[in-house]
Amino acid sequence: MDYDILLYAMLSLGGLGLLFGLALAVVAKKFAVEVDPKVEEILDLLPGANCGGCGYPGCAGYAEAVASGEAPVTGCAPGGPELAEQIGKVLGVSVENAVRKVAVVRCRGDKEHARDAFTYYGVPRCSAAQRLDDGPKACVYGCLGFGDCVEACKFDALVMGSDGLPVVIEDNCTACGACVTACPRDIIALIPYDEPVFLGCVNRDRGKAVKEVCSVGCIGCSLCSREKGNPNGGIKMDGALPVLDFDHEDHDFSDPLRACPMSCFVRRLPAEGAADDENEDAA
Amino acid sequence: MTRFVEVIARRDCKSFFTSGMEICRRRVKSRPSLRGDLTATGQRGCGSGRVVAKSTAFRYQKHEPPGAPWRARQPEDGMALTFKGGIHPPEFKHFTEDKALVEARRPGLVVIPLAQHIGAPAKPVVGKGDTLKAGQLLGEPGGFVSAAVHSPVAGKVLKIADHPHAMGGLKPAVIIEPAEDGGDGEWELMEPIAEPGRVEPEKLVERIRAAGIVGMGGATFPTSVKVVPPKGHEFDTVILNGAECEPFLTCDHRLMLERGEKIVRGLEILLQITGARNGVIAIEANKPDAVAHLKELTKDSARISVVKCKVKYPQGAEKQLIKAVTGREVPVGGLPFAVNVLVQNVGTAYAIAEAIYEGKPLVERALTLTGPLVSEPKNLWVRLGTPVSELLEQCGGLKGEAARFIMGGPMMGMAQHRFDLPVAKGTSGLLFLPPPPPEAFTEGPCLRCGKCVDICPMNLVPCDAALYSRAGNLDEAERYGAADCIECGSCSFVCPAKRHLVQSIKLLKPSVLKRRAERARAAK
Repeated sequence: MDYDILLYAMLSLGGLGLLFGLALAVVAKKFAVEVDPKVEEILDLLPGANCGGCGYPGCAGYAEAVASGEAPVTGCAPGGPELAEQIGKVLGVSVENAVRKVAVVRCRGDKEHARDAFTYYGVPRCSAAQRLDDGPKACVYGCLGFGDCVEACKFDALVMGSDGLPVVIEDNCTACGACVTACPRDIIALIPYDEPVFLGCVNRDRGKAVKEVCSVGCIGCSLCSREKGNPNGGIKMDGALPVLDFDHEDHDFSDPLRACPMSCFVRRLPAEGAADDENEDAA
Repeated sequence: MTRFVEVIARRDCKSFFTSGMEICRRRVKSRPSLRGDLTATGQRGCGSGRVVAKSTAFRYQKHEPPGAPWRARQPEDGMALTFKGGIHPPEFKHFTEDKALVEARRPGLVVIPLAQHIGAPAKPVVGKGDTLKAGQLLGEPGGFVSAAVHSPVAGKVLKIADHPHAMGGLKPAVIIEPAEDGGDGEWELMEPIAEPGRVEPEKLVERIRAAGIVGMGGATFPTSVKVVPPKGHEFDTVILNGAECEPFLTCDHRLMLERGEKIVRGLEILLQITGARNGVIAIEANKPDAVAHLKELTKDSARISVVKCKVKYPQGAEKQLIKAVTGREVPVGGLPFAVNVLVQNVGTAYAIAEAIYEGKPLVERALTLTGPLVSEPKNLWVRLGTPVSELLEQCGGLKGEAARFIMGGPMMGMAQHRFDLPVAKGTSGLLFLPPPPPEAFTEGPCLRCGKCVDICPMNLVPCDAALYSRAGNLDEAERYGAADCIECGSCSFVCPAKRHLVQSIKLLKPSVLKRRAERARAAK
């Protein structure tokens, strides 16, 4: 066996490796792209789901935008307030208390309560059904129940219930807003996590027109916007639909929940003090 | 890669025969299926053939510069003109094809939607309580691309209010209560033009606009806009579309048979307006009586010819008809004026003749009320605005429950769920079908069989375009043809997995088109 051959081979290959290694090292130093160390630091903090809820292309896009001051530190919904605080530390800015939000389905017109106008055989998607004479549901505002929102959710926080309405699994919900965008009827909304009550209807018609299509739809009676139904205020009428102002001081929507003749309000957290078992839980 | 080879019979070109057929055979081997191509041109086993070019667009540019004289493709007797791809769904025309057009009863209530056409809705010029004569103007065009609407009956305006519309939702409409005395006594007509040959074309276009005429095949594009090509273009050919390729529908067929004279006169007016040299009436081969009748009517005319097209869907689609009749191919994203052709439905030609010679606005049309569920299917001559329920009553009602109701043909019509919809300018058929078997709409996974690709008359890739459309991927959907889809539904018809192909493409098509338009604007 000629050990020389082995030696030459090792020497030449090793030499080449050393040469290229050195070249790479020099080039890497000399032509290094300057990356803001903050970007990398923030990127490490981000959840890495690339959900797009912040409006930027993935977590890396958001990290860059935050580091350059373009995006707010509270922009990452899945990370929540803790992450905002951490990012704030990296950037050296103080974080105003970011409110944790949660998605709610503002429709109670399930198969039992809301009427169908016709049978739909087309593409089983809300966005497609919506285009055929405003969908098979008689209520043109109500949930179509094909689950575009369920498909859009990247965190398994939405499932389609057997009654034809999506159900939010609040523990999983990161309030990224993908479902809000996916819904062609703007039924899903983000509300502050500690709000116990919200309005479960988005129908803008009045009285008879609503009752004809759904037995739990808002008829626009405006009781909840008046002193009688809601002594603490915080609800204004927009046409025939009440708008809840969650920023209103000392609001308490438990009163309109009791007053609403169509029981359109939904309690999603147990009432403070006495348990209120009358209303079905949203989740 | 060129998508197809076209063979045209030429008895006097024997020398090309061998090479032509060879190229065909080679192509057969190099592509998974050329079955469509060969049967499509009806040339399999024919005596002689010649490869004209690899692409018709190329042929057109090279051998037929715009404005050069040409003749409609003249196939041998017994052969029919056609295009690549397409399908042959069951025709179901036997329900009504032998039944003469029947004048429908005067409606008890007339609903005239202000938007019955593509473009801006008409602006109402009448108010609540106004007394109307038949033919009186109800709404004037709301823009350049728009059309006037007229009252089909004498009567009184009940109100101008939102009413269910065939395209979905509620749209403003003039609701008229016809006069009790029959209301047909008084017509308000425009001045007839007895000799259109001596009138300037502009005047004729103006009259077409005043009469509110739109494309009656279903697309309802305002005719007065369509007959005037953009600057720098001119028409050398006018094709009257009498293909009526949708299954079930027979109203154009009956119109050609019973009122062919006016159709031919309408075509003559179109030829005069456009200055085109050739007028072609294209009829599918399953209407031999209409072909013979119109041939007889036009035998003295040097400019007008009648051609027979192969029975195939979508033979009556504009671009496919142009391809079949002239061999020209409308470029991607382009309109027929790009190849100097104007296509109009036979019903539109009839309406034009009435507007010119009689001064009558577009207030009536032929339609087919048919389907296995209808007691007495009929071809009806209907006043616009008549509610569907009244027409259904005149046809003996429905034989079964829970029917599917489609406005238009079964392939491209819109499914509806209410019977109080009015007949509009583009309503060519009212179709009542039994409920579908449940499995008919259960989608399976794509088999990658390529059938949809083979038959797509626009040479697109429907299976992939549909996938990307559903995923909302604009770039890829456009790449596979979502923007050029004519929504004929051949792909969904042929798909063995029953995938909702055309339906999915339709979902994203508006966004793709919008983006394409924005890009074109940015390029300028």
